[in-house]
Amino acid sequence: MARIQAAYRILADEARTRREQFDQSSLPKIHIGMATCGIASGALETKAAFETALADRGIDAHVHTVGCVGHCYAEPVVVIDYPDSGFPPILYPEVTPGKAKMLVKLFLEEGDPRFEHIMGATVENEMIPSVMEFARFSREKRVVMDRCGRIDPEQIHEYIADGGYGALAKALCGTPEAVIAEIEAAGLRGRGGAGFPTARKWRTARAAKGSDKWVVCNADEGDPGAYMDRTLLESNPHQVIEGMIIAAMAVGASRGLFYVRAEYPLAVRILTAAVEQAREMGFLGADILGSGLDFDIDLFQGSGAFVCGEETALIRSVEGYRGMPRHRPPYPVERGLDGRPTVINNVKTLATVPPIVDKGADWFRGIGTADSPGTAVFSVVGNVTHPGLVEIPMGVTLRELIFDICGGIPNKKKFKAVQIGGPSGGCLSAEFLDTPVDFDALTRVGAMMGSGGMVVMDEDCCMVDVSRFFLDFTQKESCGKCTFCRIGTRHLLDILRRLTRGEGREGDLEQLETLSRAVKQGSLCGLGKTAPNPVLTSLAYFRDEYEAHIKEGRCPGRTCRTLTAFYIDLDKCARGCDACVGCCPVEAVFTTSNRKKGIDQQLCVKCGECMVACPPDYDAVVKISPAALAPVIERPAEKKTEN
Amino acid sequence: MPLPLTAEDRLHLKTLQPQIAASPKGRGQLIPLLQMAQKALGYLPDEALSLVADHLAVTRSEVYGVASFYNQFRFNPPGKNPVKVCMGTACHVRGGEIILENFERKLEIREGETTEDREFSIERVACVGCCALAPVALVGETLHGHMAPSKVEGLVLRVRLEKEKAEREAAHS
Repeated sequence: MARIQAAYRILADEARTRREQFDQSSLPKIHIGMATCGIASGALETKAAFETALADRGIDAHVHTVGCVGHCYAEPVVVIDYPDSGFPPILYPEVTPGKAKMLVKLFLEEGDPRFEHIMGATVENEMIPSVMEFARFSREKRVVMDRCGRIDPEQIHEYIADGGYGALAKALCGTPEAVIAEIEAAGLRGRGGAGFPTARKWRTARAAKGSDKWVVCNADEGDPGAYMDRTLLESNPHQVIEGMIIAAMAVGASRGLFYVRAEYPLAVRILTAAVEQAREMGFLGADILGSGLDFDIDLFQGSGAFVCGEETALIRSVEGYRGMPRHRPPYPVERGLDGRPTVINNVKTLATVPPIVDKGADWFRGIGTADSPGTAVFSVVGNVTHPGLVEIPMGVTLRELIFDICGGIPNKKKFKAVQIGGPSGGCLSAEFLDTPVDFDALTRVGAMMGSGGMVVMDEDCCMVDVSRFFLDFTQKESCGKCTFCRIGTRHLLDILRRLTRGEGREGDLEQLETLSRAVKQGSLCGLGKTAPNPVLTSLAYFRDEYEAHIKEGRCPGRTCRTLTAFYIDLDKCARGCDACVGCCPVEAVFTTSNRKKGIDQQLCVKCGECMVACPPDYDAVVKISPAALAPVIERPAEKKTEN
Repeated sequence: MPLPLTAEDRLHLKTLQPQIAASPKGRGQLIPLLQMAQKALGYLPDEALSLVADHLAVTRSEVYGVASFYNQFRFNPPGKNPVKVCMGTACHVRGGEIILENFERKLEIREGETTEDREFSIERVACVGCCALAPVALVGETLHGHMAPSKVEGLVLRVRLEKEKAEREAAHS
């Protein structure tokens, strides 16, 4: 036991010394968020601009790449820590290459931090308001994402210096039973969506007969609209690896596997490097930290099938087959990969393990609600002012999350619905805004925690179309094993498509409900069991929208394109302004006899470009549903100029 | 109709062959080998499926069955400028489908297809992970946020102009 602690202390001391040297250096430090979202917003260009500007001006500074802080609306995010300037570390949002050059010149060279570009200071101080004054920062509670955006994910010593792998050393000093008991006391539930108690899974796996047990980290994040697992792996892979080693120790596994989507190339690269570093440091391999535990991790790149998030399908896929789920029992914890007992945990579940082991079950119980302790990570996107990743204690209400933390609905629009849990989840209307976010409360109202994707929709969204979108997805992703899922989702989709085209019939809604229930009952795995949820919840809470589509041929959100039309209000249209003509991708806008504009309804593809292009002074383009309400403006006959 | 193999494809197949032969056998290798083949060629022509099938001693139809199950594998060569339109939930809510249609109309191919000159291909991808920039499309490696139908034409035109310019410069030198 003393041996384990001594082995860890050597590594920790060395890491801490390295980090302290960096922290105490008087050179300015520029921290740039470089996860996929940052790079997508141009962080690579920003970094290059910093480096060039520093070299041009002969300024010595550390450019430090970190992971993602979760504030996607503000990417690329840069923190400049320049102790000699007298200012605290400052966070700058949306740092373009131009802004980067300007900051190097004006702040690093001349000492002016350019207040107009600042979001806030990252620590409390007397001079600059701290970012903690924003709800987006202060209302979060970070357990899983605590170190994201603070450390360089490619440098293991930064994780160790921050206390990383300490939980592993602590766990190794005790018994596997003690670790499971601690997780059980903490009440940790699987973060993959279903909320199954993690300790119970581990205990069954521990008791299962058989050698060469597996621990698999499920990073097959397939929900279109959720990306927290990817961000976590890109920003702090070692916390997940540490959780995995602790899980291996607890269940007695000797082999580990990361099942990561091949669509996440950056996560794959960072993870591969992280596993390699952990092996070099002796956290993986034979006799980990001198404890006698042997465990190593491989990486498998999932090839993009949504159903492979289901554990038995995931196993089939690793074994080289079509990823189709099978009957349970036997559960994978008894017979899984290669027929060996296999624990499959989500990325966030594993990342929650080290903090629990480190700080204890009581600390964890202090966050969240009695039945769902801890935090939840959501990717809040759609029509919301501050989209991004948000980690909140369980039990916070949807209203607080959407309006207080994420800034509410932009463009003075009204809130209509929030879709939680992706294709398996449900759409909730405004009356459910006071629902607390936890596993059970969300399931009670027909949604589910699911992947943690949360899409906020304003008044211009059509709920029928959103259902169609999700069914389109699940229908494509159904593996085809169960008839009800394979054919039932197809029929659901056909009906929904008809509705969005205005060809709905009497009795369609009843049929949707009957079919949905049948698909739920007749499917083996979670995909089919939950696929009708978007339809059922939107039918329950937005039935009037469905009825408007059928009875009036009207789309209340004015989204379904067959049911809407654009026309130009001739009283408002300005003569000679050709903005709408130029932007139309299909040349549907024509000039009428008095030089005002009209839209050819036969050609119009209803993209809405002319509405955006029309100067606000005129605001002449009108969108209307049903389409028949649009006044007909005849296209004047082509003037023959030649021949 | 699948597009015929190019000389380049044949070259890649030739280098792929020994790599596959040197890989371990066993059913669990099937997906990693398909990934290796797709990485080399950019797609999986029949010839590549055969290589994998022969190496693992499984039938070609079995290999095709597995490959066609997963979204990652493609059987059409990607264009030099693959257009990927994000179809994540956030992009859908903000009109991603309209963007996709515009690319289809401008390039005169459907999603999943490649133009005859192999310059462009269109595919729909699930969330690219920058929902704050929705709707989003990738042309080649470059991400374009806040897409609009009127931007589509410009993007396609830009790629074509750059190609012409490169050809002109090559002709001059």
